[in-house]
Amino acid sequence: MAETTKTGTAPVTGKKAGTGALVSRRRRRYSVLTRHDKLILTLMVGIPLAFDVALIWGPTLASVVLSFTNWDGIGSVTAKNFVGVKNYENLFGGYLFFRPALYHNIIWLAFLTVVATPIGIFLAVLLDREIHGTRIYQSIFFMPVVLPLVVVGFIWELQYAPTDGFINNALGIAKGHHLIDWLGNPSINLLSAVVAASWRHVGYVMVLYLAGLKSVDPTLREAAKVDGATERQTFFRVVLPVMAPINVIIVVITTIESLRAFDIAYIINRGKNGLELLSTLITNNSLSEASLVGFGSAIAVILLLISLVPIVSFLVSVNRNPT
Amino acid sequence: MGNKPPFGPSALDLDLSRRDVLKIMGYSSVAAFLAACSSGTTSGGSLTSTGGTVTVGSNASDPLPKKGMEMVNAAFTKANGGTVVKLNTVDHGTFQDQINSYLQGTPEDVFTWFSGHRMRFFADKGLASSIDDLWDKVKGNFSEAFATSVKGNDGHVYGIPVDYYPWAVFYRKSVFADHGYKIPTNWADFKALCVQMQKDGLTPLAMGDKDGWPAQGTFDILNLRLNGYDFHVELLTGKQKFTDPRVANVFSKWAEITPYYNDGLAGMTWQQASQLVVQKKAGMYLLGLFVSQQFKAASDADLADLDFFAFPDLGTQYDAEKALDAPIDVMMMTKKSPTLSKDRGQANAYLQFWSKGSAQLIASTAAPGVIPVANDTDTSGYDALTKKAVEIIKNAKRITQFFDRDSRPDFAGSNGMQSFLLSYLQNPKGDITSLQGKMQQFWNSLPPEA
Repeated sequence: MAETTKTGTAPVTGKKAGTGALVSRRRRRYSVLTRHDKLILTLMVGIPLAFDVALIWGPTLASVVLSFTNWDGIGSVTAKNFVGVKNYENLFGGYLFFRPALYHNIIWLAFLTVVATPIGIFLAVLLDREIHGTRIYQSIFFMPVVLPLVVVGFIWELQYAPTDGFINNALGIAKGHHLIDWLGNPSINLLSAVVAASWRHVGYVMVLYLAGLKSVDPTLREAAKVDGATERQTFFRVVLPVMAPINVIIVVITTIESLRAFDIAYIINRGKNGLELLSTLITNNSLSEASLVGFGSAIAVILLLISLVPIVSFLVSVNRNPT
Repeated sequence: MGNKPPFGPSALDLDLSRRDVLKIMGYSSVAAFLAACSSGTTSGGSLTSTGGTVTVGSNASDPLPKKGMEMVNAAFTKANGGTVVKLNTVDHGTFQDQINSYLQGTPEDVFTWFSGHRMRFFADKGLASSIDDLWDKVKGNFSEAFATSVKGNDGHVYGIPVDYYPWAVFYRKSVFADHGYKIPTNWADFKALCVQMQKDGLTPLAMGDKDGWPAQGTFDILNLRLNGYDFHVELLTGKQKFTDPRVANVFSKWAEITPYYNDGLAGMTWQQASQLVVQKKAGMYLLGLFVSQQFKAASDADLADLDFFAFPDLGTQYDAEKALDAPIDVMMMTKKSPTLSKDRGQANAYLQFWSKGSAQLIASTAAPGVIPVANDTDTSGYDALTKKAVEIIKNAKRITQFFDRDSRPDFAGSNGMQSFLLSYLQNPKGDITSLQGKMQQFWNSLPPEA
């Protein structure tokens, strides 16, 4: 109430001040928020905003700025570090690893979309039917998602190694001259890597989808049954449309997982010899001894622009149907 | 820069220091800030001090070298009035990848590193301290070649050489004895031996190039033998072009022996490939002396069976150089260590300790595969393999460090020469001219090293 008295004494300074005090008093009357509320609100919006700016927009802008420099990561960025669009010219003009990397990311996306995600959905549908030991199966399929990446990489290394790996030994070709070089042959090692990545992705999709299926109203299925729909019809005509929000999330997750695909390829051989990905190029250029930070940032900006496409279309679709 | 806020304003000023960007990007340096409470004593005007603390960043992460490092540290503590050595061991590959941010963040006082281009680079960038005063005290213990290897481009000394190892062709004595093989000294004999081994059911040459760098050793030795030391060094520093016909010769010579490699070489690590030799499936292996760690891990009898010979002559004028890769490892002093001003005396004492043959011997005994470099090393306990390794390096008139230590790291790395050599090995009879063109194109695209 101290403020009311303060504004009350304001007319001393002039006539206009009086009307001002009136307006402000009227405004305060309409405000449902106390000062305490406002403080809380400011903090609740301000702190996340500060984090958002500091941890997301700051680094993003820094990457964009650095992509116009030839900074080597040492010392300060000065005016003479700025090289205009040279990094981008180099990237699109002649950089030998950019095209393969982009191509590999697309294959990665195609495989996850066409193979891994449907398998995950299929497993979820199976496990939703309360078969025996469903919890055990769920745990088993979800296990790869929980395992640390180093362990995942190690497990697949043991499978794929040319002479002492499990697969070649099981096939009986580890000793001969016709062994399959799962990790070293540039025409198949991308497939090896994406299979390993799918191993995790399947479990991830399964759990998400299973949670969605659990929330589908059972009366819908019963109604479909009463109407004489087959199992297949029930799933594709009734359950799938009801699951629309989950489906969108699955699509977005699959897309983003393939764009940021990194770990398995990096663990195998740091993303070379057929395993080039946009993410490994960024790492090898800017976070390694190579220290081409500016050039790596330019690749990062391109990856950002590509990633914006699915993200923006997701947000647009979410905002359009605010159900 | 230290007083600038980490975000916003400095980004708008476009005047980012490495520290700021590190914070902005939110990735953290591996350097653990080790606050040390020192109670050291420095006698007036002396370079070294006893007691107190010294911090050490180490890339010796494999079990045997790590043990060797710990043993040297314990010996130092004992010899230097109880100086506490705080050791921070980081995985070998990770240490290398993060060296830039490590040295600019809060590094330890002393760190393990390599001589050659890689040492001079950080000296030029002002991220390593010169140790001229200390070097004056210990230089008598090193031969001229080692003294040269620790000098920066500015002529100052930046490291203490602690060990080195030759690259050569390794084999098992028992395999050669069983089949009656003779050591090949020229290219024709070498190829004939490969043919014979194949007939005897052996893989003639082991190769494991999954990590990308092992094949660089073969490129080095072929280029040195065919085109000589001067051309090799100039090529790796950009003074010669990769499109040169002399480089084409290297690849066509190499293609004469690529049919004798094991299958799956691009999917195998050097360790996996060395198992082929340990298990007597492969006959020969061009690698560094560190391959002996794999033999020691198998058994002492396997280690005793290991031997090597120098890469055969190719019939050129450069055979006489007997040049080879013999990388030198060094101990260096950082610049930005927060504790260095306080620990400088102890850090000097620590480097001085490493300059002694006795300390270097402790490390090389714990982890075979490296040889001490100090003149006062007691060589009486050397095994036959180590003695021979010393001999082969002594005979060499020219010594190189290794492709990725002699050239710039962005060219030598994963998305660079490593990739080019892997695609060469995939198809050695393919279009070499276009591959050479790609190498040169990549070199040309790199920004000048300021």
